[in-house]
Amino acid sequence: MIALLVRDMRLAVRAGGGFGLGLAFFLIVCILVPFSVGPQSQLLASIAPGVLWLGALLACLLSLDRVFALDFEDGSLDLLASAPLPMEGVVSMKALTHWLTTGLPLVVAAPALGILLSLPTQGFMWLFLSLLLGTPALSVIGTFGAALTVGLKRGGLLLSILVLPLYVPTLIFGAELARRGAAGMDTQTPLLMLAGITFATIALLPIASSAVIRINLR
Amino acid sequence: MAMHVENLAVSRGGILILEGIDFQLSAGQALVLRGPNGSGKTTLLRTLAGLQPIADGKITYDIDSVAYAAHSDGLKQMLTVRENLEFWSSVFGTGNIDEAVEAFFLGPLLTRMAGALSAGQKRRLGLARLLVTGRPIWVLDEPTVSLDVEAVARFGETIKTHLQSGGSALIATHIDLGIPADILDVTPFKAKRPSLPQLDGAFQ
Amino acid sequence: MSTRRSLWEYANPRKFMGLSGAILPWVAVSGGVLLVIGLIWGFFFTPADYRQGATVKIIYLHVPSALMAINAWFMMLVASLIWLIRRHHVSALAAKAAAPVGVAMTIIALVTGAIWGQPMWGTWWVWDPRLTSFLILFLFYLGYIALWSAIENDDTAADLASILCIVGSVFAMLSRYAVNFWNQGLHQGASLSLDKEENVADIFYHPLLVSMVAFGLIFLALVLLRTRTEIRARQLRAYLARERMQ
Repeated sequence: MIALLVRDMRLAVRAGGGFGLGLAFFLIVCILVPFSVGPQSQLLASIAPGVLWLGALLACLLSLDRVFALDFEDGSLDLLASAPLPMEGVVSMKALTHWLTTGLPLVVAAPALGILLSLPTQGFMWLFLSLLLGTPALSVIGTFGAALTVGLKRGGLLLSILVLPLYVPTLIFGAELARRGAAGMDTQTPLLMLAGITFATIALLPIASSAVIRINLR
Repeated sequence: MAMHVENLAVSRGGILILEGIDFQLSAGQALVLRGPNGSGKTTLLRTLAGLQPIADGKITYDIDSVAYAAHSDGLKQMLTVRENLEFWSSVFGTGNIDEAVEAFFLGPLLTRMAGALSAGQKRRLGLARLLVTGRPIWVLDEPTVSLDVEAVARFGETIKTHLQSGGSALIATHIDLGIPADILDVTPFKAKRPSLPQLDGAFQ
Repeated sequence: MSTRRSLWEYANPRKFMGLSGAILPWVAVSGGVLLVIGLIWGFFFTPADYRQGATVKIIYLHVPSALMAINAWFMMLVASLIWLIRRHHVSALAAKAAAPVGVAMTIIALVTGAIWGQPMWGTWWVWDPRLTSFLILFLFYLGYIALWSAIENDDTAADLASILCIVGSVFAMLSRYAVNFWNQGLHQGASLSLDKEENVADIFYHPLLVSMVAFGLIFLALVLLRTRTEIRARQLRAYLARERMQ
């Protein structure tokens, strides 16, 4: 399974792997926001946590269709299914690769973009923490959506329709955690809920994803 | 006995394709599947590789002894030949690619990107994966596509070696590989039309 | 022939067709009649609320449709589980058939809620937890229907949609909890419950009960009808596939 992770990371960073595209998208969205709502720092500061969370979520979503599509097209997925790896492990590794190539760069870049959006000082730590805790859930849930649409020719739009409702709880608790942190309010409940959602999805959702992949391969 | 198939039926897209297939495959034996296009050879092989559910009947074998190779080789264009092979060898836990490299004359190509190979070279790399898996039963779907005459002959030799070392092979192919093989024509096993009352009850 | 009868017999498409064909007219007609009774009773023979005026009468559409919107999803969940565990085709098709009816119920609940909310709260829409939950439920329905329609192979679509339904149910519950936490809300408490003191008065309650039963029967009738259509469509595809074989 480590071999699969190494291979996928290698593919992601080599030419054509699409590494960094999600990050660039995130950057552009966050820069466009002041153009659309106006440059007042007061307003930007109050919407910054939500905008950064939404931007991160959309950036994750955009790269999801690549999670299984390439392996499906070149036959690797068939071969992996008949290899001595548990399918649950394969989908978990795929989600981890997605997080390392898309989620983690977003987490690291978000504080820098927080400056552009006038995020209050005490909010940076909470923004970073909320994204660090929440983006793995986005990758795991997204992998489930990608597994559902793997065999479809034009699955991209369907993938968004399937995955976005599933993102609602993560978005609510994640953005709430960042917002409350920035406003200096109590953060315990959203912190625990976000952590709970993330760990529960990491533990349970790969079972559903692997079942779905096996159904789609047959 | 490597594989024992009894009264097997396979279906594709919910429609029965082949039924009543019986055969045995023992260690050291090669079995060549024949039949016109669309006769269900690929579906049968995918079922034997465990990728599709069995519609009816029984296959007695160790599923973890099967190495499957299909039309698409699962090669990554942006990895080198060595990286491609090493990936599969660590997935299958064999950790040794030298034998495969030698058997398919891939030595000079090891540091090339798989995307830069010709179709025939890609095919050789895809087949080299079989040796890397270390599994005894090879299930091959049209393995010789885009191979030249020389490469086909060499592949025949590789299969012979594999058989002599106790392996077995199940091959869907139209050409003669120059190996001693039994032939199984799938045409007689074509599924019959279901009777109407049967359709009424379930949907099959 | 076994003498012990079991409910699962009706999972056989032919048995299901026979039974559903026999009861469908009765269910549909009694649902329609009860709806007319409930609405006329509620609209014309109950007093206006002292705070809400005549606006309150939309409750006879709002509450039953909201109830059925949730029950439809619950029915889909149960049917999906039955399909995954026992592989009864009728079950998968019933889940597929219930989804658009559930969407219709959700839209009715949202629209009547907006019409009710406008004079009461002075706005058509607020991001209240209940309203938001229904909007999210609507999104889940859309995803489920979209998945069914995107996949050609019937059994594959049934498997995938069932798994989506189960996973979606968990996330829908989570969303419900999340929006409660996210915004405390304007919506009044549940109109009906067994253990609360501030239930609606009997005079509103009886016609409401009638229209809830009516909505339940209409839902059942629509689902039966749609399931029958799905079964026929599937049999047709099976016949066509048979024709293509020699």
